[in-house]
Amino acid sequence: MDRSRSKDIRSSLARAGKVLLYSVVLVAILLIDTRPASALPAFARKYGMPCSSCHEAWPMLSPFGQRFKDNGYQMGNDRDAPIFQQAAYWPVTFRITPIWHRESTSQASVDTATVPGGGLAKITTQGFDLSGLDFHTGGTLANNFSFYVLPSSDNTASFHFESVWARLDNVFGTPWINIKLGKFELDNLLSEKRILTLTNVAGVYENYHFQPFSAPGVPENYTFGIGDNQLGLEWLGHSADDRTRVSAALLSASDGTVGLPTSRGYGGFFAASRAFEIGSLGLQRVGGFAYVGQEPTYYQYNLTTTTTTPIGVTATGGPVYGTTTTPYAGTGIGNKLIERYGLLGMWYIKKFDITTIYFHGHDNAWLGTDTAALPGAVLPAGAHAPSWNGALFESHYMFNPQIILINRFELDRMSQQAFSSNPSNLGNANVLTFGARYYPFISSRAGFAYHAEYAIIWQKGASPVFTPLATSSLLFGFDFDF
Amino acid sequence: MLNIKKICLNVAVALILPTAVFAQQADQPPAKPSKHMESHIGNMTGHSEAGAQLYYRYCWGCHGARGNGDGENAPYLNILPRNFVAATFKCRSTPTGTLPLDSDLYNSIGRGFNFTNMPSWIALTAQNRADLVAFIKTFSARWVTEKPGDPIQIPTEPKLTVESIKHGGELFQKLECWKCHGQEGRGDGPSASTLTDSNDQPIRPYNFTSDNRSKCGRTNADLYKIFMTGLDGTPMPSFADVVKPEEAWDLVHYLRTLQYNNKSPELALWISTPEGKAIVEAKRVENTNTGSGVKP
Repeated sequence: MDRSRSKDIRSSLARAGKVLLYSVVLVAILLIDTRPASALPAFARKYGMPCSSCHEAWPMLSPFGQRFKDNGYQMGNDRDAPIFQQAAYWPVTFRITPIWHRESTSQASVDTATVPGGGLAKITTQGFDLSGLDFHTGGTLANNFSFYVLPSSDNTASFHFESVWARLDNVFGTPWINIKLGKFELDNLLSEKRILTLTNVAGVYENYHFQPFSAPGVPENYTFGIGDNQLGLEWLGHSADDRTRVSAALLSASDGTVGLPTSRGYGGFFAASRAFEIGSLGLQRVGGFAYVGQEPTYYQYNLTTTTTTPIGVTATGGPVYGTTTTPYAGTGIGNKLIERYGLLGMWYIKKFDITTIYFHGHDNAWLGTDTAALPGAVLPAGAHAPSWNGALFESHYMFNPQIILINRFELDRMSQQAFSSNPSNLGNANVLTFGARYYPFISSRAGFAYHAEYAIIWQKGASPVFTPLATSSLLFGFDFDF
Repeated sequence: MLNIKKICLNVAVALILPTAVFAQQADQPPAKPSKHMESHIGNMTGHSEAGAQLYYRYCWGCHGARGNGDGENAPYLNILPRNFVAATFKCRSTPTGTLPLDSDLYNSIGRGFNFTNMPSWIALTAQNRADLVAFIKTFSARWVTEKPGDPIQIPTEPKLTVESIKHGGELFQKLECWKCHGQEGRGDGPSASTLTDSNDQPIRPYNFTSDNRSKCGRTNADLYKIFMTGLDGTPMPSFADVVKPEEAWDLVHYLRTLQYNNKSPELALWISTPEGKAIVEAKRVENTNTGSGVKP
């Protein structure tokens, strides 16, 4: 063999060896570094506990954190009232995530001039960006009076109230009576507000928001998601050790939007679960939930507004203005029922855990077919009440409190279309997500996570020409709160 | 005739042997904590390896990575976290100065410590708590060189009577409990401001009027154990040598009547007597509206 070639090969092998060695060392440092890793730092600062106490991996709660939350953000050791804090203590935390992300849609409408021969193309965009900003404030006003206020902005700093509530805790001294009023997250055992994934695709649970198409390309004419914070009144009861939990909430049918934007309708949400121990495996939990609510099918009054800028010109050269019609807030009537049901299991096998949920949804035929239930009106021919089933599998592997691997698969399958003429699989969706979070430090003062994630959703009939659509998202970011 | 040689040999052995033994002892390294410990609570066995993972998730912030109570939050706590290296524990079933039972530590983790930053960890699984107990034992060599003390015997609680309460009150005076806890049990006795714990930190005696939960539990038996075992590491001594078991129950009954704001059979019986009613009503302070849970 040529000596110089042999030397080159040895040199290459040596370089490759060094790269491998450094990689192994880096991975080893990441895996071995078990410096105690941090959560809502406002609480961590108050109690002086690391965020890993209340969070499996923040923001996802641990059983201890769930009990703390259910107990009205109280530890129960007589150090909960603000009077035990320094007068300057203000329970506020902000959270934001600078990111790089890549978004891709398989079939998007484009100008025909840009794509020879067609109006559809795969569109991909990427670049550096910001997430929205959350300002969390929460805690106790006094023993057994808790609160939470969350002004939240999108990434242009346009704010809204994501959550605002006050709660009477342990009424009559029992953990079985806790009353909450305001805008709050439903008692979802798998919390969308504590989701570990951040991409546009997987930042929410598909099943929590799934709504069928009334016809190809035509979504149902209302918005509701059990993952959204809702306005209402909630009762929650739990056992002292939080193994048994049960709740019921009366909610305004507004999907959490303030100002009574739709109707005078209401909905009810019910959840119950029971946890049990299986040897050294961990705490297992099974439960179920149900939502039954009303949504309007039409509005008594619609506002017609004229655009302020011309949308064209007349033959004589004069401006042509467009008009838009929007429902007038609070005038929605012709209410019909929507229903959502689910069965949940949270299974722990030491460092590995998997959450499984079976969903079932059902909408009234008037809502499913976007038909106004006017007095005397009849449903269109071939109309049905749409129904569907869904499933979710979310698993985590936690090397240590600092490193977590995340995987999730969701699917939705229509079992009854709104119209017989619809393709039977219209709206069916699959969502696959995987990612990892690494918390380089864990303290009781602040939190930081390196975040990497990829997610993709396939949905039948969701493209502009009603063909299957695939949308994917890749994201890297620094997720931090203080 | 004396055997001079034999005497000299014996003297030499008598002088040299202890020196050799002492030298050998001096050369012996001090006992080290064991890295692998188990705990046994009922049918459960806890393992320190599993406990380590839990400790470095939940506990290190206060108790410190080395278990010596110097976690990053310790400077901000006015009752310092337990130093597991010293292996001195307040809540025990065992006599003062001895190591606690595994079940004592297990119960402490599940119960938490009222009036401190240590919460109840009842939300953890029983196995988790057993594993944590095992891991806590890896911090101190005491768990290698010593065995837990024999648990004290708690006789059956006698029937509650007014006489029992009154006798308990006499003991409260005789044993000078009031010096620290105050005549009304508010933790404001004349010695209260001078007390320090084993960390040389100021410590306040228990205020009986504030709650019905004492540091080591809320039952009468828990209260009994506190003054019969003492709270090691605090100025609260064991009274096992000066109080007879039946007298101890009288003291328990009396102490319950100091908890003016908490319903108990002892308080109910006490205020059913004219004497008791007058005393309680004179001392009762209604709940404050500050939400602090602390009554003036």
